[in-house]
Amino acid sequence: MSSLRRRKPINESSDSKHKAEEEDEDHDDVDADGDDDVNGKNKKTPSKIKKKRGEKPPKQPKWSCMDTCCWFIGCICITWWLLLFLYNAMPASFPQYVTEAITGPLPDPPGVKLKKEGLEAKHPVVFVPGIVTGGLELWEGRECAEGLFRKRLWGGTFGEVYKRPLCWVEHMSLDNETGLDPCGIRVRPVSGLVAADYFAPGYFVWAVLIANLARIGYEDKTMYMAAYDWRLSFQNTEVRDQTLSRIKSNIELLVATNGGRKVVVIPHSMGVLYFLHFMKWVEAPAPMGGGGGPDWCSKHIKAVVNIGGPFLGVPKAIAGLFSAEAKDIAVARALAPGFLDNDIFQFQTLQHVMRMSRTWDSTMSMIPRGGNTIWGGLDWSPEEGNSCAKKGEKKNETQIADQAGSEYAVCKAKSANYGRIISFGKDVAEAPSSDIERIDFRGAIKGHSAANTTCRDVWTEYHDMGFAGIKAVAEYKTYTADSLVDLLHFVAPKMMARGTAHFSYGVADNLDDPKYKHYKYWSNPLETRLPNAPDMEIYSLYGVGLPTERAYVYKLSPHAECSIPFKIDTSADDEDTCLRDGVYSVDGDETVPVLSAGFMCAKGWRGKTRFNPSGIRTYIREYNHLPPANLLEGRGTLSGAHVDIMGNFALIEDVIRIAAGASGEELGGDQVYSKIFNWSENINLQLDEEIPVHSSS
Amino acid sequence: MASVLRFRKLCYVESAVKCTSVGYESFEIDEKLDEKEEDVLSANNFALEINKKRKLPKRQPKEWRCLDSCCWIIGYLCTTWWLLLFCYHCLPVTLLRVPELPGPGVRLKREGLTALHPVVLVPGIVTGGLELWEGRPCADGLFRKRLWGGGSFTQIFKRPLCLLEHLSLHYETGLDPQGIRVRAVPGLVGADYFAPGYFVWAVLIENLAKIGYEGKNLHMAAYDWRLSFQNTEIRDHALTRLKSKIELMYISNGYKKVVAVPHSMGVIYFLHFLKWVETPPPMGGGGGPGWCAKHIKAVMNIGPAFLGVPKAVSNLFSAEGKDVSYIRAMAPGVFDSEILGLQTFERVMRMARTWDSIVSLLPKGGEVIWGNMDRSPEEGHVCDFSKKSHSKTSLTTNNVNNSDVKRGFLVKDLANYGRIISFGKPASVLHSSKLPTADSKEFSRTSTSENFNNFSCGEAWTEYDEMSRQSIQNVAADKAYTTTTLLDLLRFVAPKMMRRAEAHFSHGIAENLDDPKYNHYKYWSNPLETKLSDAPDMEIYCMYGVGIPTERSYVYKLSPNSRCKSIPYQIDNSVHGEDGSCLKGGVYFADGDESVPVLSAGFMCAKGWRGRTRFNPSGIATYIREYRHKPPTSLMEGRGIESGSHVDIMGNFALIEDIMRVAAGATGDEIGGDQIHSDIIKMSERINLGL
Repeated sequence: MSSLRRRKPINESSDSKHKAEEEDEDHDDVDADGDDDVNGKNKKTPSKIKKKRGEKPPKQPKWSCMDTCCWFIGCICITWWLLLFLYNAMPASFPQYVTEAITGPLPDPPGVKLKKEGLEAKHPVVFVPGIVTGGLELWEGRECAEGLFRKRLWGGTFGEVYKRPLCWVEHMSLDNETGLDPCGIRVRPVSGLVAADYFAPGYFVWAVLIANLARIGYEDKTMYMAAYDWRLSFQNTEVRDQTLSRIKSNIELLVATNGGRKVVVIPHSMGVLYFLHFMKWVEAPAPMGGGGGPDWCSKHIKAVVNIGGPFLGVPKAIAGLFSAEAKDIAVARALAPGFLDNDIFQFQTLQHVMRMSRTWDSTMSMIPRGGNTIWGGLDWSPEEGNSCAKKGEKKNETQIADQAGSEYAVCKAKSANYGRIISFGKDVAEAPSSDIERIDFRGAIKGHSAANTTCRDVWTEYHDMGFAGIKAVAEYKTYTADSLVDLLHFVAPKMMARGTAHFSYGVADNLDDPKYKHYKYWSNPLETRLPNAPDMEIYSLYGVGLPTERAYVYKLSPHAECSIPFKIDTSADDEDTCLRDGVYSVDGDETVPVLSAGFMCAKGWRGKTRFNPSGIRTYIREYNHLPPANLLEGRGTLSGAHVDIMGNFALIEDVIRIAAGASGEELGGDQVYSKIFNWSENINLQLDEEIPVHSSS
Repeated sequence: MASVLRFRKLCYVESAVKCTSVGYESFEIDEKLDEKEEDVLSANNFALEINKKRKLPKRQPKEWRCLDSCCWIIGYLCTTWWLLLFCYHCLPVTLLRVPELPGPGVRLKREGLTALHPVVLVPGIVTGGLELWEGRPCADGLFRKRLWGGGSFTQIFKRPLCLLEHLSLHYETGLDPQGIRVRAVPGLVGADYFAPGYFVWAVLIENLAKIGYEGKNLHMAAYDWRLSFQNTEIRDHALTRLKSKIELMYISNGYKKVVAVPHSMGVIYFLHFLKWVETPPPMGGGGGPGWCAKHIKAVMNIGPAFLGVPKAVSNLFSAEGKDVSYIRAMAPGVFDSEILGLQTFERVMRMARTWDSIVSLLPKGGEVIWGNMDRSPEEGHVCDFSKKSHSKTSLTTNNVNNSDVKRGFLVKDLANYGRIISFGKPASVLHSSKLPTADSKEFSRTSTSENFNNFSCGEAWTEYDEMSRQSIQNVAADKAYTTTTLLDLLRFVAPKMMRRAEAHFSHGIAENLDDPKYNHYKYWSNPLETKLSDAPDMEIYCMYGVGIPTERSYVYKLSPNSRCKSIPYQIDNSVHGEDGSCLKGGVYFADGDESVPVLSAGFMCAKGWRGRTRFNPSGIATYIREYRHKPPTSLMEGRGIESGSHVDIMGNFALIEDIMRVAAGATGDEIGGDQIHSDIIKMSERINLGL
């Protein structure tokens, strides 16, 4: 033991030892220190030690600070390892046991429950993931991305984002002219179920649904994840990766190998639009489409179970494109002003994010469609009269939503003008659309087009945009869904030129017009017909009871030149009109407003309409959001939030029943908590085939 | 009391740690007693005194206890480790990267090669990942986690029995047991790495990606390698999926034919597929007779086990291979000990015998191919065991050209490779006339009568447990078995397994390929019992490593211990030949890639299919590409860029280059035709097979 003790000082730097010596011994002197040093170095010569000890008995190599630290760390490590060992040695079912002991027995997951009921795998299932949730991996990159071959750039741990952020941004961006790969970079979607089962470790997307389906017998041969590169425009996924062909081939294979049983398709979020595009593509003749023939869908698809589908776009996409921020970021900025904006580190995070995300065509697929007809004009909106009592507390919100009718019916005197998706200044947002407003509005259009010519090549967005242009935008005061598209054309003409080649945001007057054969209309439900498949079923499953962004109050950003010139005015609050931190909210699933998710199934496609000539049956299944009761539940089994709803037991049960063969009626038909039917009534959209003239208010 | 407090404080200041030491606390109590008589004023001095006093006991070993020093050392190590780790992560990523050898991908890209033909990879046995889809309670929490391959095998150590249970198949049907669904991992991740850092396909994939391959033109045909080939279709539709994938890639890549790259057992799987796809629907894929000609440009077989591997014999017979028997020789008793009650081998054998696929690897072609009691095609092969396998290769490289000279020196101890299993060394060397004949009638006589003796051991694990001692000894009585009699032997020791598996595989040679019985799927994976499809433009490559001693036949003995459930036979690792003999540790070696002997890998391409033969009626061109094994020259190279061993060859740059050139459009002649280092041509000539 003593030898150990004596070895110790050698390992330590003599400095620290000195310090230790000096600290505790008041009658220490320089000599002693020197002596001690010698002792430390030549400890092998016993005579010296003896001599030293004789002189100064108290002198002794002692615990230095470093030693204590080391000892301390060692203790912690050992304890940690011990715990780790115990944890690993623990039977795997232990946590569940504990959970059950605390909260009482958990309800069976729907898979187990339905298996007991005797359900079995019947129809093959196709998952279509949404934007952002699918993994992307690197196949070819620049020097800076060396060693990342076939590693995930998106999804997974995102470790590389922190290690080499600029490199990462460069690889995630697309070419801003073509919307395809930049030269020398190939980033491709991960394929297979792993593509989107977990977004990040522990953050499930499809995993819970997959696990529950597996309980009743689904496996790889009956499930297929239609992973695609969600950054591309839909048609480009086919051009570059032949993704649509692959989906077609895989669906055909699934049907063939499962005894001719049609598939049940489960798209989520943007996947809903993607699959809408697919259904048109697959029946369109060969050069532009898949050449599957006019009855492909009716032969291969039993049901399309849309989860949280932004059929008519999401207002969030506007904020994302316009100023690279959403409610979350705006709130963060309000809490820590200057952190995101500061130039000291030259991070310019938001600018980089904006530059990257503006190269992604897919974000433009989410711009609100249908214009003022759907989203409301200056003075009206379909959600008119929506009261949002205490939207801050989700609990309250949901309780209120439970007693939906009575509470919602109460109309506040002051109602939010949801139609004005972007307003500059709170007063503008609230003011009745008097003549003054209107004049401002018209006048700005003139200035707008004039300014447009002066700042022509506005690729690096606002950086090149003149002050006049920015001012013109702000002078414009308030934007409705129609004028928003013009606004985006103005602030980012190249991006929109790229985007409008692939997407369209209008309402078709006459669906027989041959121009609607072009693929850019295929993902807009208001400009395409559903396929001729009368036996097919379309479901719209979405969460309600969460405040969802619907309109924004903007202001000019104080630093004008080198940053994004607009930002959400987080100071704008109004209890009465659902205005909070500059964002007007309505009912929805936190991302997609009810109107967008539900309108097509509630009205646009209900019965035989011109958008749905074969009368495909539609069902609305809403799920009221309830936050998780306790921490052990994780993200909740009753959640209605956009992504978390994938773990909602009621939704999973519905999906499994459909996959096992149930029809919409057997499921219980519509299940509605929100006022989607009322709101749909407010929308004045021509649905009969005969009169091909749509009227808007 | 104040002094006590003060005293404590002091001791804290001096060394926080010592306060807890036992020796010190007793001290403190003494002091407390004293202090009652002291007054507060003197307390200060006294404390100092105590301090001095306390220094003395500090010298005693007691203070610095073992635990403390342990903690200290661990803490020290951890801190250093973290510091280094932190530094490592702080460094720019590119700085630390080992300057990798530029693979052939980079070079060929500079040459201007680009992706042309889609590529299908077909993994072999064992290398593919398996994941759990449904399991028993013991496998809780492993849903869609890998049970085999890919990740670490930690689960195997955590719950070995559970894993063995889940990886086993049903003994009667060869399909899933009730309530357990284990499935192949799909996609490239299915077999790119077998374990972290142990690549299988990853290097090839990476190089292919350099010239433009990606998900849309590169496909991994993952299948459950435990099943018989037809069962992968029955259970998972694996063949249909492969067909659909190939058709899709053919169409979506501008009607470019596919280059298939099967490895190891994947080779015979793909052979099965080629027959299956052209066969009409109930049994086959219904692709029609021109399917292969239309969709497939080339089949580039890596380390092909066309005619089986002798390793499969020892595996089925006694669940061991060369490696295992070496370990057993070095540390006898580790595996066989009963102390832990592990019975590893018995359990492994029990599991492996439920896998039909292993039976597909039994040597095919009988004595015609593999030799009989007295002759074998490899006759006169020279082995040189003076080396560890490192020096071996350098020697053989020198000897490439003068192997004929060497053959002259060979006098005695000729290896009778034809005797795949011999019991005892004499049986392996004596002339056949002096040996008792092993004949199958004898088996049938002994088998039925005494089966039910052994039930004292409880539940039968392997079919050995159902055999009587007597018949076990009869099998062993100084006999030698050739490939033909070996099958009888296996049918005798494991009748149920062979009955199950032989419904799916056949190991003979066809007399008349037009016999309608050859339409049955069990013949499809045997190149000697099927015709290649009618695809004159197709090319078949046999690419394999040579220069590594490869197991070819075995000397067995009865296992010394006779406890319950043990495997009654084991390789006699005490048997060694003289210098220059190919016998070592009870195993005869021949040239090959460590798993597949040259004969099995090369014969079909060298002779069986060369030109227009009855097995290859349309005259599909065949090429042999051999790669001489060179061990890695330095540690930096990892598993070597010139390796020829069965799996490591997938990282062999020359092989990768060949594959890439073919994938980019080259023909066999353009990459240089045959490239032969071994005696395969001579061996093939010795085989007397009607073509």
